[in-house]
Amino acid sequence: MKQSKTTELMVGMLIAAGLAALFVLAMKVSNLSSYSEQSSYNVIARFENVGGLKVRSPVMAGGVLVGRVAGIDYDNDRYEAVVTMKVNQSYDRFPDDTVASIYTAGLLGEQYVALDPGGSEDFLVDGSEIEFTSSALVLEKLVGKFLLNSAESGKK
Amino acid sequence: MTAAFRIMRQRFSWTVSKNYMQRSAETTGPAASETLVKIRDLHFARGERVIFDGVDLDIPRGRLTAIMGPSGTGKTTLLRLIGGQLTPDRGSIEVDGLQVQELGRKALYDLRRRMGMLFQSGALLTDLNVFDNVAFPLREHTNLPEAMIRDLVLMKLQAVGLRGARDLQPSELSGGMARRVALARAIALDPMMIMYDEPFTGQDPISMGALVQLIRLLNDALGLTSIIVSHDVQETAAISDYVYVISQGKVIGQGSPEALGNSDSALVKQFMQGLPDGPVPFHYPARDYMEDLLNA
Amino acid sequence: MLDWIRGLGRGGFRFFETLGRANLFALKTLVGIPAVLVRPRLLVAQLFSVGVLSLPIIILSGVFVGMVLALQGYNTLVDFGAEESLGVVVALSIVRELGPVVTGLLFAGRAGSALTAEIGLMKATEQLAGMEMMAVDPIHRVIAPRFLAGFISMPLLAAIFAALGIYGGYFVGVGLLGVDEGAYWSQMQSQVDLYDDVYNGVIKSLVFGLVVTWIAVFEGYDTVPTSEGVSRSTTRTVVYSAFAVLGLDFVLTALMFGA
Repeated sequence: MKQSKTTELMVGMLIAAGLAALFVLAMKVSNLSSYSEQSSYNVIARFENVGGLKVRSPVMAGGVLVGRVAGIDYDNDRYEAVVTMKVNQSYDRFPDDTVASIYTAGLLGEQYVALDPGGSEDFLVDGSEIEFTSSALVLEKLVGKFLLNSAESGKK
Repeated sequence: MTAAFRIMRQRFSWTVSKNYMQRSAETTGPAASETLVKIRDLHFARGERVIFDGVDLDIPRGRLTAIMGPSGTGKTTLLRLIGGQLTPDRGSIEVDGLQVQELGRKALYDLRRRMGMLFQSGALLTDLNVFDNVAFPLREHTNLPEAMIRDLVLMKLQAVGLRGARDLQPSELSGGMARRVALARAIALDPMMIMYDEPFTGQDPISMGALVQLIRLLNDALGLTSIIVSHDVQETAAISDYVYVISQGKVIGQGSPEALGNSDSALVKQFMQGLPDGPVPFHYPARDYMEDLLNA
Repeated sequence: MLDWIRGLGRGGFRFFETLGRANLFALKTLVGIPAVLVRPRLLVAQLFSVGVLSLPIIILSGVFVGMVLALQGYNTLVDFGAEESLGVVVALSIVRELGPVVTGLLFAGRAGSALTAEIGLMKATEQLAGMEMMAVDPIHRVIAPRFLAGFISMPLLAAIFAALGIYGGYFVGVGLLGVDEGAYWSQMQSQVDLYDDVYNGVIKSLVFGLVVTWIAVFEGYDTVPTSEGVSRSTTRTVVYSAFAVLGLDFVLTALMFGA
């Protein structure tokens, strides 16, 4: 039962091509880079409303991706949403009066957490809580109300 | 190489006779040693259709036994029952002292290694060439080195006269050649018996003659027990030692070919002499001819 | 009316009987898989006929599906000034849905039907029975390598399909329609999630590969051993596989993305 060399070669090529394609899908197409085992530290922030924020939504500072949302919980006592963020260890100089806000990327884009550094001398460390936050929906409610009002007045 | 071949040939002839003797010694009673396959009160039905309704058969060791009967009497089914591919509804099938229908998978496979079967179509594996087909059972069941497999395969192919055809694909063989290759494959593991399923159908006279001779020759030279299932009366009767005739689920006649030819059973006579009308009527059951025509 | 109900009952009986046989068969096949791993040659031969021979059609359709998606997506997106998102549209539709599903359908048509026909013919020409009489279990020797080869090939083919589709979309979107190259890739990377999208796509293709190959080898093994029976089984393989792929795709999508 001789197996021709070409058969083996072709099968090898199929497997190599398949694995290469999987590699392309992982590296070039998807966000694998953000999964890389970079060490990170956790900070939490409380929001009145997180809107459409999801686990693994981006955390940005100055438009640069610095981390990901690691968990979203609801605090039953304070009636607030608690967002846990994993921030890359390389960005460890956020002042402890940094403001965390939930914004929307583009008009219909996904929501992300933006960090605006304050001026304090003390830095956020693992487990710190960001005290100054601005919720997602407050702004949107306002915009919604404004649009509704103007539409109604426009009709009349 | 030649030395190896000589040794192989010696070994080959030795194993045959040695196995043969061993087997005779293994089995218990004197009757058992004479009879390789013993079928008692066999009942088998496929759905509503009863195929065997109490069949008793004895296949003697080292002999060539033919099982004949009209088409559709389940002759192939009988071989499959002996090979354990089907299980009887009732009755027992004993092969070399083992109850086939009660064997576990492992034991059944061990038994099958000692049986060869020649299928009607040859059943060669289409993706392997002639050489690899004959080598197939050797490679599956032994760990022999490739050089030895090559010698064995060439010996078996030489026995059926197709050593020169070793590189052909099964699709390039004629029907008779395919059957001979299949025969070489069936004897590859030196079995104790071979079952032939309709070996003569659809053969031209030359390959028919070759097969007839080959079957008899192998039986005698290798000390095999052969079972031929066929409805080619002339050819089968010419080489077999003993004949069973089966019809409608029962054995209707048995004996040596000569004895059966002079049988006084009308049914056996009709079958053996190929008469168009007799106990098996020429006409399919129908109402009266005249009546049928007039009532159009 | 009573006959009709009885017919329904008989059909149901037969259906469950077949299903039971198929499950038993799958179990036996799984038992035979270790034996295949000991003899990788059998597997390589089957990987060739199941995988490599399916490659041309997969490559061709992957590229073209990607190109068509880019063309269609561009025309829709450009109305919203969102042609930058073309990469996302192409990548998500291919990675999540079209990759596994179209590959599954093509795989059923190319490899599945060939498997059924081959095994069915082996049965019709008594090769399987012959093997059994040679004390070789055809499920171990014939079915298991083919089953394993299908199971391995399918995700590889789906990944090749997806990668080529995305490059096909790139070719049309960036090369012909003038979408910004950086936007095509970076938007894609920010929106396509490794776990949610790529992993789930791979899982889908694994499931489809399993089911299609299972249907194909079972239909071949269970065929009525005549030429008519083989041709019917081959047709059944393609039809059942298509049903299974589309139906399972809905179920899997609901499980993965619906919650």
